Amino acid sequence: MREAKSSDSRNSDQYHWKRVTRPHRHLTTATEVKRVIDLFGGDRSRLLDIAEAVQHRFGSISDEAVKALADGLGMHAVEVEDMVSFYAFLDREPRGRFRVRLSKTPISLMKGAGDVARAFESALAISIGSTTPDGKFTLEWTSDIGMADQEPAALINRMVLTELTPADVPDIIASLRHRSNKGDEPPFPLHPVDGSMLPKAVVKPSLVKAGPLLSGPLGRDDGLRAALSMEPGEVVAVITASKLRGRGGAGFPTGMKWRLTAKAVGSDHYVVCNADEGEPGTFKDRVLLSEFPDLVIDGMTVAGYALGAKHGLIYLRGEYAYLWDMLQDVLANRRSAGLLGTNILGRKGFDFDIRIQLGAGAYICGEESSLLESLEGKRGTPRDRPPFPTERGYLHQPTAIDNVETFACAARILAQGAAWFSGLGTAESTGTKLMSVAGDCSRPGVYEVPFGITVNELLDMVGAPDAAFVQIGGPSGQSVAPKDFGRRIAYEDLSTGGSTMIFGPTRDILDIALQFAAFFVDESCGWCAPCRVGTTLLKQGMEKIVAGRATLDDLKATEALGHTVARMSRCGLGQMAPNPILSTMRNFPELYEARLSPEPFSPRVSLEDALRAAVLIQGRASVPEEA
Amino acid sequence: MAAEPIRFTIDDVEITALEGQSIIEACDAAGIYIPRLCHHPELEPSGNCRVCTCKVNGRNSATCVTPAAHGMSIENNTKELNDDRRMIIEMLFVEGNHPCPYCVASGNCELQALGYRLGMQAPKEVYQWPDRGIDATHPDIYLDHDRCILCSRCIRASRMEDGKTVFGFSGRGITMRLNIDATGGLGETQMAAIDKAARVCPVACIVIKRDSYRVPNGQRRFDLAPIGSDIEARRKQVKS
Repeated sequence: MREAKSSDSRNSDQYHWKRVTRPHRHLTTATEVKRVIDLFGGDRSRLLDIAEAVQHRFGSISDEAVKALADGLGMHAVEVEDMVSFYAFLDREPRGRFRVRLSKTPISLMKGAGDVARAFESALAISIGSTTPDGKFTLEWTSDIGMADQEPAALINRMVLTELTPADVPDIIASLRHRSNKGDEPPFPLHPVDGSMLPKAVVKPSLVKAGPLLSGPLGRDDGLRAALSMEPGEVVAVITASKLRGRGGAGFPTGMKWRLTAKAVGSDHYVVCNADEGEPGTFKDRVLLSEFPDLVIDGMTVAGYALGAKHGLIYLRGEYAYLWDMLQDVLANRRSAGLLGTNILGRKGFDFDIRIQLGAGAYICGEESSLLESLEGKRGTPRDRPPFPTERGYLHQPTAIDNVETFACAARILAQGAAWFSGLGTAESTGTKLMSVAGDCSRPGVYEVPFGITVNELLDMVGAPDAAFVQIGGPSGQSVAPKDFGRRIAYEDLSTGGSTMIFGPTRDILDIALQFAAFFVDESCGWCAPCRVGTTLLKQGMEKIVAGRATLDDLKATEALGHTVARMSRCGLGQMAPNPILSTMRNFPELYEARLSPEPFSPRVSLEDALRAAVLIQGRASVPEEA
Repeated sequence: MAAEPIRFTIDDVEITALEGQSIIEACDAAGIYIPRLCHHPELEPSGNCRVCTCKVNGRNSATCVTPAAHGMSIENNTKELNDDRRMIIEMLFVEGNHPCPYCVASGNCELQALGYRLGMQAPKEVYQWPDRGIDATHPDIYLDHDRCILCSRCIRASRMEDGKTVFGFSGRGITMRLNIDATGGLGETQMAAIDKAARVCPVACIVIKRDSYRVPNGQRRFDLAPIGSDIEARRKQVKS
């Protein structure tokens, strides 16, 4: 089996962005690329990091850079391109030095993202999707960036701006223009400007209500110390006894996952923290990582001990790159305190360290097998199972992949005991759940609630007396209508990763379903036919419905297509992608009926539009049909 | 330790599989046809098209990538599955440009043949009319990207069988494309007409030049017998 290279987690500090950002203007692309490859020990499984560094240095990954990457890593150019072209944050063509990415979600649009976008367009004199002629700014939309409680939000390079208004835009542009005149800055820096210099470059703390998980004294190594008083097998037994289930939404029993991973044979075992929090509307992992990073890492270290793993990896979504330095500091502090590294807390032979892998803009990478592919420096295509990651995961070795919140729970369970945890929540759903709440409510934010809480109770808590519908679990979850507000947040009823988007009575439910359908078009990986083509066809079907041009037959065809995509797609993305359409059809049939075209047949193409060019050329209109 | 025999049932027929066989391989050997498109018996499976999806122990699974296991109970030739398979074929028809009446592959095309076998009339979905271009830079082969169904057969064949890695994907989602290992077209690659990669395309994306009408329309493979009938003929042999 492959040896962990020098570039692996043991030397996670070896590479530092700043070493790449020092401009070496006299060097050729090939030389620079070679230098980056060497920083990562020539390890092709680190291609995502390498490509990010090259992009960071040059602003894009040119044909020349692709060739240099291929040569330096012993790959074919087509293989490099296969990976690079997959990620939204990697570019093959040059783009503006400042990359303004506006978060486009139903909630951001409700909060005025459209006006903010127009303000950027007019301040920069370009339209969305283009770059200013001086090459300084590129303006574009991006999928949800994890700031649903403080929209409209945007990323400018790696920096996050929140609660934007059109009035902020001129100052932001002016500040960036001023900055970009400074000659000593490297091109395309990771942190282009000191955040405090830019208006609205601040992420507010989002935790509104802490419960048992996040309150009380939280020592940074409570979980680990408790774990070390037991045998690794006992730690797994404690997790099993707590009945902890995966917090990403799927709800797989964590104890079983850890047991399967621990007993699987491999040269190395890996602990992976899924921090690719991409489900629109969710931001609770951002809260955990920014406000409780030690708790999460304590949980990962507990897992490292329980599974006999030496390496941990945090897959951090590219949108959360602004947390990079802070998280590296936390890791460094833990290393100096003997909580990471070799012989942890003096336990001979217990070696465990953590590396952070930055993602590059791909929702699919939150799917655990896509995440593994991405960690290995490939395009984020899901894997077919079996084998499961517990048996063959990262680098084909046994791997336990858990959600950020799951690790936080694991640390607390070790510290407080399985009975404390299983005493909370319901029979099938023990503990508490972090809910990310946003939309039409007076107190958006993260709420820690006991499992079993009803949607109504949650709505009261967050100040949403007149919700017309609630999207639970993000676009891939369910649209819950008022008649179902008595349902409970729990694996046995409404299973969710925590995304809760509230929509009031004035919102257009079908238009929101269409926006979700468009999201899946952007985020489908393309590997399998039903999802690749089906998501586009579903969006087009929904467009026709929303435009009031769909007939009853069209409606039925879209519904049937949705079921086929759900049944035939390879992974959860495609299987869930039709949910917004199918669940609104189920819950709000009257809204669909109201939009039906009165005609028995309505063509998708307008004959007039199709003939317009020909009419122009010929200089005469077509002869009207005789009545 | 002698391996236990792997026995499973598909549509109530009992089949014996060898250790390491996928469901589709075991069924092929036994003469049970499961419709498929991206799967090729001489290539590693990749699970792109999902046409070979069966209900395995009540759960939909692509049988090209699912190992045969003892005691499995599989549904294959059911209306629901065939309807879903036909819908996938329709999706592929509207995603690319597939003008059967004047296509060089007509009669040899697996997409067309599956359309016939699964009872497709005309696709009801919206044609996407892609404009991905033709690559005629190679002296012996041309590539019509508008006909590509992204099955990855050529990618796998070029990498594993030819050892050349001429092909790959680029992009994602509906904008995903077949990509080649050169900036100036297929003519710049090591591709040769005798390569495996040039012979596995199920449609008319990769076409050998000057070779297309040796067998006239009407006498081609699927003009003579429906797709899958070679496999089903084995079943008759197995039975007798």
